Amino acid sequence: MSPVVKKKGEKFTIPSKYLLFVLTVLCCVAMLLTFGTDLFNIPLNSAAGYVIVPFQQGISKTGEWLSRRSDELKQIRDLLEENARLKDQVAELTSENTVLQQNYYELNRLEDLLELKEEYNQYTSVGARIISRDSGNWYSNFVVDKGYEDGIAVDMNVMADGGLVGRVTSVGPNWAKVTSIISDHSNVSATVMPEGDNLIVSGDLQLMKNGVIRFSQLLDGDDGVEPGNKVVTSSISDKFLADILIGYIDTINLDANNLTKSGYITPVVDFEHMEEVLILTQLKTQIEEEDAQE
Amino acid sequence: MLRKTVTALLILFCFLLQTTVFRSLNFGGIIPNLMIILTSSFGFMRGEREGLLIGFFCGLLCDVFYGDILGFYAMVLMYVGFVNGKFSGIFYPQDIKLPMALILLSDLTYGVTCYVLLFLLRGRLDFTYYLLNIIVPEAIYTIIVTLLLYPLVLGINGILEAREKRRAQIFV
Repeated sequence: MSPVVKKKGEKFTIPSKYLLFVLTVLCCVAMLLTFGTDLFNIPLNSAAGYVIVPFQQGISKTGEWLSRRSDELKQIRDLLEENARLKDQVAELTSENTVLQQNYYELNRLEDLLELKEEYNQYTSVGARIISRDSGNWYSNFVVDKGYEDGIAVDMNVMADGGLVGRVTSVGPNWAKVTSIISDHSNVSATVMPEGDNLIVSGDLQLMKNGVIRFSQLLDGDDGVEPGNKVVTSSISDKFLADILIGYIDTINLDANNLTKSGYITPVVDFEHMEEVLILTQLKTQIEEEDAQE
Repeated sequence: MLRKTVTALLILFCFLLQTTVFRSLNFGGIIPNLMIILTSSFGFMRGEREGLLIGFFCGLLCDVFYGDILGFYAMVLMYVGFVNGKFSGIFYPQDIKLPMALILLSDLTYGVTCYVLLFLLRGRLDFTYYLLNIIVPEAIYTIIVTLLLYPLVLGINGILEAREKRRAQIFV
């Protein structure tokens, strides 16, 4: 006799092993479906957004307020010292600034002359607050408090401290998940300045604690790349906008194949202590389409 | 109905704690896994069926917010809850050793499963590194948090069970 039998007067329940089987099949189907598509994203993300995100916002605001109060008490003395030091620096920088302004004026003039003005630093951005971080210890993703109702879309680039943090990989109505470039499964195509050689920057869990990220596939034929060189996102990436600063080269090693080089990059962003980020509201593909129309 | 509401609130509460408060209370970047504590303790307290359902919903929550694909954490946690449910026959509320051992074992299994499926399959072969730096620290932190969270879960379950017993008697 089948175990799924309704006895008289007993509430009907499916035995747990059948339930386990059904849910396993459901999970497998969901995994297969969401591997390539974002079928369930809209209903589930919206539901999660309305139930959980308000709480996360509240908690993160309270936490921030508390930590700020304790920091304030700690820092007053440091600030007084720093203030005196900074005043000296202001005087120094003011004189330096005048020189730089002259240089800038000259640069502008020369660029106009050469018609070289690049679309640089002209990306529009939206500020967002980090409200929760990854629920596991394997990846370093986080959730911010802006979603598609604020105009955020998947694949938008995220910055902080003037450097690249990652990109949006999932959006709800009032939240968005950001996959950071130090996450183990993240790869970014980048360029070394000033040489212009391309390389791949990949996140690595093992290196995360040392504060560096790995780069590889650097074809540096004339050995021009040195530690300290700037690494920015390359123009050939299809997800990341060009010329966003990632970090500076820390060490370079020649690979066993004697052709490519790999090593470590020190990122400019402090991933541990981020609280607010900037989301660039332009998508790479969108920019390319606009260019094509022109 | 009351049990369902209370359990849902408990899952929500733990998920919020894990993703916000414990992120600030991390030790060397490691946070405890409250979802495992919840799934596993409901598994051995209430049996296979409830264990696997609670595991499924805990995992689904992680999937929606932090999963790359939907259903991965849901499936892993569902099996954790189901296997813990097998031990409900030898569980006594007075005994703390079995729950601790089961939660520790569950978290270690969960860690190894995540490593194999998320990292080993992508060619990250240095198992000892991940074991010593991610899996074991997480398990230890989880066990410490269990000492605080488990009595709460046990107490809530006790109150609910007492209430259900009273209502059953009224109907008889």
